[in-house]
Amino acid sequence: MASIKEQFEIPGKLKTWSYALIGVGAVALLYGMFTKGFSTDEHEQVHFWGTLMYNTIFWTLICNASMFFLCFNTMAQAAWMQSFRRIAEAISTLVPVFGAITFAVLIYVVVSDKHHIYHWLDAEAVAKDPILKGKSGFLNPTFFIIWTTLAIVLWSYFGYRMRQLSNEADVAPMDNETAKAFNIKSMVRSGFFLVWFGLTVASTIPWLWLMSIDAHWYSTMYSWYTFASSFVAGMSLLAVWLIYMKNKGYMELSNSEHLHDLAKYMFAFSIFWTYLWFSQYMLIWYANIPEEVVYFKHRVQGPYKPIFFLNLIINFLAPLIILMKRSAKRNFTLVAFMAVLIMFGHWIDFYQMVMGSLMKEHVSLGWLDFGVLSFFVGVMILMVARALASKPLIAKYHPFLKESVIHHT
Amino acid sequence: MAQKKFVVGCFDDEAVLFPAVKQVRAAGYKIKDVYTPFAVHGLDHALGMRETSLHTAGFIYGITGTTTAISCISWIFTKDWPLNIGGKPHFALPAWIPIIFELTVLFAAVGMVLTFCYLCQLAPGVKKHRFHNRATDDLFVMVIECSDKTNTDDLKALLSSNGALETDVQIAEDGWWFGTYDNDNDNLYNNKQLA
Repeated sequence: MASIKEQFEIPGKLKTWSYALIGVGAVALLYGMFTKGFSTDEHEQVHFWGTLMYNTIFWTLICNASMFFLCFNTMAQAAWMQSFRRIAEAISTLVPVFGAITFAVLIYVVVSDKHHIYHWLDAEAVAKDPILKGKSGFLNPTFFIIWTTLAIVLWSYFGYRMRQLSNEADVAPMDNETAKAFNIKSMVRSGFFLVWFGLTVASTIPWLWLMSIDAHWYSTMYSWYTFASSFVAGMSLLAVWLIYMKNKGYMELSNSEHLHDLAKYMFAFSIFWTYLWFSQYMLIWYANIPEEVVYFKHRVQGPYKPIFFLNLIINFLAPLIILMKRSAKRNFTLVAFMAVLIMFGHWIDFYQMVMGSLMKEHVSLGWLDFGVLSFFVGVMILMVARALASKPLIAKYHPFLKESVIHHT
Repeated sequence: MAQKKFVVGCFDDEAVLFPAVKQVRAAGYKIKDVYTPFAVHGLDHALGMRETSLHTAGFIYGITGTTTAISCISWIFTKDWPLNIGGKPHFALPAWIPIIFELTVLFAAVGMVLTFCYLCQLAPGVKKHRFHNRATDDLFVMVIECSDKTNTDDLKALLSSNGALETDVQIAEDGWWFGTYDNDNDNLYNNKQLA
């Protein structure tokens, strides 16, 4: 393995691009903050904070998906992803960063009592409203703040512990006993993350952060739907980074076999997302009960109609048709294109989840959305590149590495 | 349906089998098949077999199922016997999606199973020659088809030098037939110590 490039040197072009994106994003963000975020017009406020909310939640969740990916593979003792595990680790280092931004935004929204975003913050309205009263044990500022804090801190902490453990695979070759102990320890640590992930991303966090925007409405599919959305976008992000690193001549041990399996995740979870999307939609459409239909009314028949169907085309039809063939999943160019498309599609999905409920009258998609997006993309590129450069690219003494090198689909 | 001559080599390790397959193919012999106790990853590749077209067949069956479901349900509910169900439109696509999906899966699954059986020539009563009974237990059995020019002794020597534990020449039915096997299981675990 002498010829393996272990040290990533950040290309100048990547830095330039990420600084440019952050610059553009920061200008849009600051301009938006002063013209909209702190304006006296509630509509403008909702526009700005809502935009910030869905962007930061989207990016936190898709970066967290990388750690989830690492943890469930570790738990299953799967070896195939060991050759590029450092990319997943690098992406997951963003959870504390984006988590902090999410935390700041959400806590600001709750503390400054923005009840146009979270209706349940309005104590007077809740007192008069039997439905919101019934939910007030869950939907109240104290619980929201505690649970949000816990969620972000523990994702970051358990993720950090996983990454620390992975460093041990850089030190020296492991003998049989050490490798066994290392494996058990990895599984235990990933178990902590997985349990916490199940209690947060796969259940409570989407209820709390996103679904409670429509405080009266609920859907039992919602958390899984959000999870599927963030997971498939997370897999796409991982694929984009893997392809980028391959293009730059790194990651010699990963090849089209690994790409094939990643693209299978993209394909399969696009369909899984559609399954949940459709299950949520069809039951509400079929029952046709006013308090449930209210969520879809303006999305399907109102101003969000184009977004609603664009969402379905990008996130279901495109992956289904384009990624179905085996040769497509092994084609680096096509997978890169599809990964970017899927990430964009799920960004749009998060857009309509949040803004579709906040601004029902018109679609506001414009400079602010793309400005904030460019800020997050810039930060993501820069931080992931730095995290990649800070560690060897291959965990070269990992007991499962060989299995990953000879991986064959 | 013809009797042919085959040279059979038995291996007890995949790690030996793979280089042997490579050597035999490089020497220009035609491998009929390798019978293994379990699915060996990458062996189809090593044997130079073409990619299966089973998935293409599956796609076509699936599309057929989708088409059948859509045309059937839409004809029934809009033309043949329109019913007012809960005030829904007659052409109620969302309600049909689960059935369309199920029919797609059903057609694809059943079609692929039948196609698989056809391609592998599997059916009740269909019999094929067993080159070595332990292929279903613990031996990897490579079967090489002989032509008129094949020197069986050379080939046997080649197999042995590549790690075959046992080699022999068999004249056997190439295809399949209906019927029963003769009671030829007597020499299954014969006295030769193989492994």
